[in-house]
Amino acid sequence: MRRHLWVRIGLVAAVVAVAIWYLYPPGKSINLGLDLQGGIHLVLGVDVAKAVEAQVERAGDSVRAELDKKGIGVTKIERSGPTELVIQIGSPQSWDAALATVGEVLGSFERKEADQAAGRIVMALQPREATQIRDLAVRQGLETIRNRIDQFGVAEPSIQQQGENRILVQLPGVQDPERAKALIGKTALLEFKLVDDKVDPESALKNGVPEGDEILYQRRVDKQTHQERRIPFVVQKKAYVTGRDVATARVSIDQTTSEPYVSVDFNAAGARAFAELTEANVGRRLAIVLDGNVHSAPQIRERIPSGRAQITGGFTSQEATDLAIVLRAGALPAPVQVLEERTVGPSLGADSIRKGLISTAAAALAVVTFMLIYYRLSGLVADLALALNLLLLLAAMAGFHATLTLPGIAGIVLTIGMAVDTNILIFERIREEIRGGKTVRASIDAGFARAFRTIIDTHATVLVSAAILYQFGTGPVKGFAVSLAIGILVSLFTAVFFTRLIFDLMYMGSRRVERISI
Amino acid sequence: MLQIFVNADYDFVGKRHWFYGVSLGAVLLSIASIILHGGLNYGIDFTGGALVQVRYEKPVTVAEVRKGLDELGLGTAIIQQFGDAAEYLIRLPPAEQNTQQLGDRVRGALGKAAGTGVEIRRLEFVGPQVGRDLQVQALYAVLAGMVGILIYVAFRFDFRGGVIAILALAHDVMVTLGALSLSNLEMSLPVLAALLTIVGYSINDTIVVFDRIRETRGRGPRRGHSLADLINGALNQTLSRTILTSFTTFLAALVLLIFGGEVLRDFAFALVIGVVTGTYSSVAAASLIVDWEAWIGRRRAAVATPGRAASAPGVSKGATQAARKR
Repeated sequence: MRRHLWVRIGLVAAVVAVAIWYLYPPGKSINLGLDLQGGIHLVLGVDVAKAVEAQVERAGDSVRAELDKKGIGVTKIERSGPTELVIQIGSPQSWDAALATVGEVLGSFERKEADQAAGRIVMALQPREATQIRDLAVRQGLETIRNRIDQFGVAEPSIQQQGENRILVQLPGVQDPERAKALIGKTALLEFKLVDDKVDPESALKNGVPEGDEILYQRRVDKQTHQERRIPFVVQKKAYVTGRDVATARVSIDQTTSEPYVSVDFNAAGARAFAELTEANVGRRLAIVLDGNVHSAPQIRERIPSGRAQITGGFTSQEATDLAIVLRAGALPAPVQVLEERTVGPSLGADSIRKGLISTAAAALAVVTFMLIYYRLSGLVADLALALNLLLLLAAMAGFHATLTLPGIAGIVLTIGMAVDTNILIFERIREEIRGGKTVRASIDAGFARAFRTIIDTHATVLVSAAILYQFGTGPVKGFAVSLAIGILVSLFTAVFFTRLIFDLMYMGSRRVERISI
Repeated sequence: MLQIFVNADYDFVGKRHWFYGVSLGAVLLSIASIILHGGLNYGIDFTGGALVQVRYEKPVTVAEVRKGLDELGLGTAIIQQFGDAAEYLIRLPPAEQNTQQLGDRVRGALGKAAGTGVEIRRLEFVGPQVGRDLQVQALYAVLAGMVGILIYVAFRFDFRGGVIAILALAHDVMVTLGALSLSNLEMSLPVLAALLTIVGYSINDTIVVFDRIRETRGRGPRRGHSLADLINGALNQTLSRTILTSFTTFLAALVLLIFGGEVLRDFAFALVIGVVTGTYSSVAAASLIVDWEAWIGRRRAAVATPGRAASAPGVSKGATQAARKR
């Protein structure tokens, strides 16, 4: 079967050329996984329930404001359960107006209960709306984290949504994982709230806070003893200005104390709100609250029209830098929680690479030697096919931008063992045909033809496993599935097509062939 | 020419009850070991928890590591030397705690207790929820792998072949899990990858034998040859390639076990066991066909009238063939 000999030689040459082209320049063309080059792999869970709750509470605030404006007395508005608002109307005579206003403001809610005698309205967020809020929270979270990482400066980060409400963040080569994690995980909800000076924090802790107020703490770490003190503040729940209104934030150094602080510039709307707030509350204290912690609570001395605020609070310069980054990138729409973390230091990665290379070399040596001893010249052909297999496997990984992980290297080592299986099946079949009395050429023909079906079957089952592994696996394990699958597919080309070509060149010429070294 | 098993003529089928005995024994031993160990020894991938690999600047004792950890009060830690005496693997129990600063805290406490520098080489944290999710998904993955192969084998051969292949696979997975349990190794994500690879690979030998059986059968029944002879013939003819193909893969897995380092050790161990048991089980699995046919034949004979038994639409060619001989 010497058909299309030149076409086949050309095809092999072309494949080799393409492979080399993909692999050039060596060492740069293949992405190394986090376990090999060091880095962080984080799976973050977005607390979507909190996003929905926050949205429901904001809707409650809007209703209260609207009812107040219309002069309808409200005793209480509170969230009950994740998606319900309970509105207690104080004045029964304005029931109809109240009902209309509530329906108007809460367009995305449906009425569950309206009890005129009790003055009670219960509104529930429509399920479709809640789903939308959850989706949006994850999407915005993804976007915000991407912004932060971009500003932090990581080469080739990968940020993806995983499942319904998880975010997968992969940061290769990050030197300070704790810092990166803190930067990503911070909600960074900045709020400016008025301190309720009428209430003493100590008594509020004992007797409860008035309606519309809450207790927040300021954390102070003593520089000498490293003891943390928590100072309570009674503040109004309503946030007058928030991080949404921040246009930009940057680090500055206080001239007198030489302590770094973060300077925040508001956008136009924020500046107006800030000016109104400061004008109306001169003399009162304004708490600057970040993620529920009071950073500082300076007294308002005068109206501040510039739309600029300073956040102080004993930062190190790194903390100040990171705070500026998260304020610029914006707050996360919902808190995130680290569900899974895998951090690998660069030295361990280098260690793994070394062990991987040794394993690959040792496995190749063992298998190559075995094939040479057992099949002699044909074994050499199989070894050539194996070399080609490895070349193509690496090129395919480069071409598909697949990531090489430590389990991926294990997959390559296994491929070395499995790729020659195909040749063994063919060679054993050829031997059998020769024993059966066929000529060398007929035996080669029959050997390839008969072994082929078996080869397809064996490849298919390994591919089924690899596919499931890929579906299921996370990072490193996925890498294993990828290299195993590619190696197995490539071996069809190298162990069958390429080996056949060499055999044809060796034994199918015009000369008579009496013997075959197999 | 170097050859093994050239004119092999072993009576595998005749000794099949020995195989069944050994397999059943191995599976029971595996199950017993797993039960006695209180279930599979799941790693943090599946239980949640944290794993910190630390390297000290100079060798330290386990007691020094423990002293440092005790100060942090993170719960019962399992400390394990990793390679030389300067490197340790610390497992912390699952907790809802944040990993924020966990690395820094461990580094600080360990360094202070031992009076030397400490490098965090690896930190893995898996939340309890993620772990639970993974346990379920892992089970699904192995089952899906088996079902996928059942479907493939049933499609390429017949339903009987698929069922027998699955029995062999379940056996291989069970024995590998048993070997892991007996060696006190952990069920981690890489080990799961090894199990799935075994599912895909160990079936290969079985397929080679099945292929040969089908091929021989395709030439038509030979006078004086029973089904047992046919299967014995197929097993013996393919014996050398079954052993050789597994041997090369076994070599590769063994190399990984020796040179791959601690991270890949459990993974490589599972593969080595899986490749060996997969090769063995293919012989036993092929022998199972004989009993299957005999069983079907008996049922047919019991249910159908003798005249219809021979011409009944066969589940497989073998069944009618077996029936015809009677």
